Order: sequence, then structure tokens, then C-alpha cells
Amino acid sequence: MNAAEMYQEIILDHYRNPRNFGIVKNANLSFRDSNPSCGDIIEITLLTDRVGIIKEIKFSGKGCAISQASTSMLTEYLKGKNIKEVKTLKKEEILEMLSIELSPIRLKCALLGLKVIKMAAYNHLGEKLENENDYT
Amino acid sequence: MGKEFDVERVRKDFPILSRKVNGKRLVYLDSAASSEKPASMINAVNEFYKRSYANIHRGLHTLSGEATELYEHARKNIASFINADPKETIFVRNATEGINLVARSFVAPGLKKGDVVLLTEMEHHSNIVPWQMLAKGKGAVIKYVPFNDEGFLDLKKAEALLKEKPKFFSFVHVSNVLGTINPAKELVTLAHKYHVPVLVDACQSVPHMKIDIKDLDADFLVFSGHKMLGPSGIGILYGKRKFLEKMPPFLGGGDMIKEVSFKEVSWNDLPWKFEAGTPNIEGAIGLAAAVDYLQNLGIENIEKHIKEITTYALKKLSKVKGIKIYGPKTAEKRGAVIAFNLGDIHSHDLTSVVDEDGIAIRSGHHCAQPLIEKLGLASAARMSFYVYTTKEEIDLFIQSLEKTRKIFKL
Repeated sequence: MNAAEMYQEIILDHYRNPRNFGIVKNANLSFRDSNPSCGDIIEITLLTDRVGIIKEIKFSGKGCAISQASTSMLTEYLKGKNIKEVKTLKKEEILEMLSIELSPIRLKCALLGLKVIKMAAYNHLGEKLENENDYT
Repeated sequence: MGKEFDVERVRKDFPILSRKVNGKRLVYLDSAASSEKPASMINAVNEFYKRSYANIHRGLHTLSGEATELYEHARKNIASFINADPKETIFVRNATEGINLVARSFVAPGLKKGDVVLLTEMEHHSNIVPWQMLAKGKGAVIKYVPFNDEGFLDLKKAEALLKEKPKFFSFVHVSNVLGTINPAKELVTLAHKYHVPVLVDACQSVPHMKIDIKDLDADFLVFSGHKMLGPSGIGILYGKRKFLEKMPPFLGGGDMIKEVSFKEVSWNDLPWKFEAGTPNIEGAIGLAAAVDYLQNLGIENIEKHIKEITTYALKKLSKVKGIKIYGPKTAEKRGAVIAFNLGDIHSHDLTSVVDEDGIAIRSGHHCAQPLIEKLGLASAARMSFYVYTTKEEIDLFIQSLEKTRKIFKL
């Protein structure tokens, strides 16, 4: 996949007009992480109801088009779903949302948002994320 | 000197430059992070392994003698490159280790709560973090000399801060992001006027310009071998003898001792007091070969070549629509780096796109996060040059930037 195919319209759109960008003021869940090798930072804040349905989800931070677009798409996807579903979310699904192929270096960019939401969910559910290294 | 500098001939000395990346000729514009290596350096390390390898010092057999000779000859060679005494020239892993050594062995023992360590706002993390770690433990304070919009240090402010008698002043000679060449001699003189000892981080200057430590008069100076055609894992800490002699060792172990009993130990002489354990022997030999290569090219010729390339690149780059260049506007007071951003394109994306064309540049915060934040940025892209960089490569890079603009619909 060449660069022109990688940075297709939809990626650029999510990069320049990220959905759900900001901070949920009355969030009951939040997590922040950064990629030390590139300095990308993502913070996700969410508000869930009693049964765990994600009522509101927002992300903030800074990063490349790939990390911003993937997190933007992820928040759209998760809104209205149960927080438990985050546990079974696979990285392949993120790549499917982005519908691009990525080199191992850029894969980290695409998966930073997923890692942050996983950490938030696992913390919330009081469980430990076993395969943390899969996302870094 | 006097010899013509021919970049095409120089390029032939670097085997890696003939390889292809992503089907394109490699355009390596990331030498400020680490330089490529000439065959003579690679061969020196190779030959050492093949002919003379053994541990140094204390060995009485022939190979150990040869290895020791090569290692100590390397030290003399590198010392003379910066006009230093070999006894004041300590092999370390890299500049980072050199700074940590000075922080721990020279500054830490006398540092008290409320004492000040002075840095500048354009330091690499290697010249911030060791001081922060030290200050945190001791309750000391770190102050920073600010820089202005064009990327120059505020010298009046520097003097005002030095007047307050900080315990130590550590500054970068050439910024790895802004490219600014700081007036090192002026800053050292200023520090000494107020009896403040000073360290110069010369990582981006020793590879490119004549450094005479006697003339500069810095108390300490550090640089890394891998940015000047040498291997990684080897660097130099220069220190004035009067300080080094009084300093306790940094690491304890073999080779840095004179006598050890179960109760006591006495330290070895300089410079070995600071070289605990088996050192990077092949690294030292490789770095000496790199220094030979640089001296053969002529450091004045290198400086001139790099100025020419930097001037050319600044001119070409400034014509790209949507470009924002950081640091000094002319090559006169700028080292071999140019950091920039293009429109709203994140530097990682830009780096990915040009990589497709076989071009290697760096992106991100360049291990200078506080500086990047001061500039109000998330990141920046950076191109950097060395002895093998050509104008044609700059043109290829500019073409690739134009392609990037199209992809991002700028």
C-alpha cells in the first residue's frame, strides 16, 4: 500500500475533523497513555451507565493522522456499546475500521487508542490487561 | 587542508549509501541522530576482531599488549582531535553517560537544598534528565536560560542567572532541533567570570567544526562517537584534570582501581579511574579510525561543505508552500540540522511518506520535549546533513515534500 492509498480521504477527514474530541466532564472512567518513541499522547474519558453502556466517550491528545483517525473511529464505534465489549475488541478490528495496511512501525500509531481504551476498561472492571505488550 | 573536498568521492567511502530503500536510492538525512559509517572505520573494527582481539590492560600476552596499545593509541588520537590531554579524555558509552558521570561525581557531592543548576531551554533530554534526577534527590533547583523567537539564547539573561552563582552550568553547543550554534566560548567565559564550572554538550558540534578544548576552556565537554562516523556505544568525556583528580569514581569495578583489599580500595590514575570494567575496546578503535577519516577530509572542508548544503536546503525548503522552519534563518549561525513542519501534517506522517521515496528523516520531539512545547508544537520533522550529503539529495527531498503536500491535499 503506498502513501497515497494510506492517507485516503476518510483518514484525513478523521484527522482534521476528529469525532468525539475533547473531555467528558462528568466522566467516571478515564485513561491516558503516550508512546514514548514518538510522543503521541491520547486520553480517553467516558461516562457509562449502571449496566456499563457507554453514554459518552471523548478523546483528546496529539498525534499523527493514523493515531488520531483510529481513535476517532474507535470512539464512534464504541458509543452506545457496553464497556465489557472493549475487552474482546481485537486489533484486527481497528485495522478493518481504518481499512489500510500498516508497517510494524506505524501499527503502534494505530493501536495507541485501543490500548488506552482497554486500560480504561480493565481498570474499571478491576481486571488486569494480560497482553498489554500487544498494543505497544 | 588545501585538498579539494569532493562529495562524490566521499560517498564512495560509505558502503551503505549504495543500497536501495523501498526501491529508491537511499537519501540519508538523519545524521544528527546517528551518522553512517565509512569503510575505513568498519575495517578498523573488523581488523581488530580478526587480528588483535583480547582484553586490555594487565594482560601479559602478545594480543593483550596489542589491544591495549590500540585502545590507548585511540585515546591519544581522539584527544588530539580536540586538543586535549589523553589523561583528561575518558571513554564513556555516549554523551549521556558523560553528563551523568559529571552530575553524580562532580556536582552531586557538594549540592545542597536550594542550590541551582543552570541549563538552557534548548537542551536535549540527555542534558536535562540527569540534572532533574539529581535535583530531585537533593532538593536543588534547575533554572533555564531562555531562547528568543529566532532560536538564540538570551545572553543578558544568561549573565543575570550566572551572577546568582549556580553550582553548575551545562549547555548545548549546537541545538539538535533549532540548529542554533551557541556562542560556547562566550558562555564559558561568562560562567568563569562568576566562578561557575561549566559543561558543554558538543554532540552536534564536534562532528562538524573545529573544537579546541584549550581555547574553549570548558571544564567538561561530552560527545558521542556514533554521530561522527564512529560506532555506537562509545563517547568521550573530557574533564579538566584538576577536577577529575578530586572527583570520586562514577562506577566501581575492575580496571578503575589501583589496589583492593577486603577492607579498602584505592583508585586508579586518570583516565582509568572513570573506566570501570572491560570497556568498549572496539568502539574506541573504531572512533579513532573515524577521527582519522574526518581529519583526512579536513574539518575545515567539512564545515564548509555543511554550510553550503545547509544554505542550499534552507533556500529550497523556505520556498515550499506551507512550510514553517524553526531556528536561525541563515546557515551562518546554524549547525547541520533543519527542523520544520509542513501545514497541518504531523511529522510522523510526513516521515512515513518520504520514507516511501527512500528518504530518511527524523520526526517527533527529538528528545527535546520542553523545547518542542515552548515552540507550541506537538512535534517537528527534521532533516540533518553530513559529509556525504549532496544538493541533489536535497532536491529529491523537496520533490518528495511536494508529493506529501498533494497526498494531504494542502
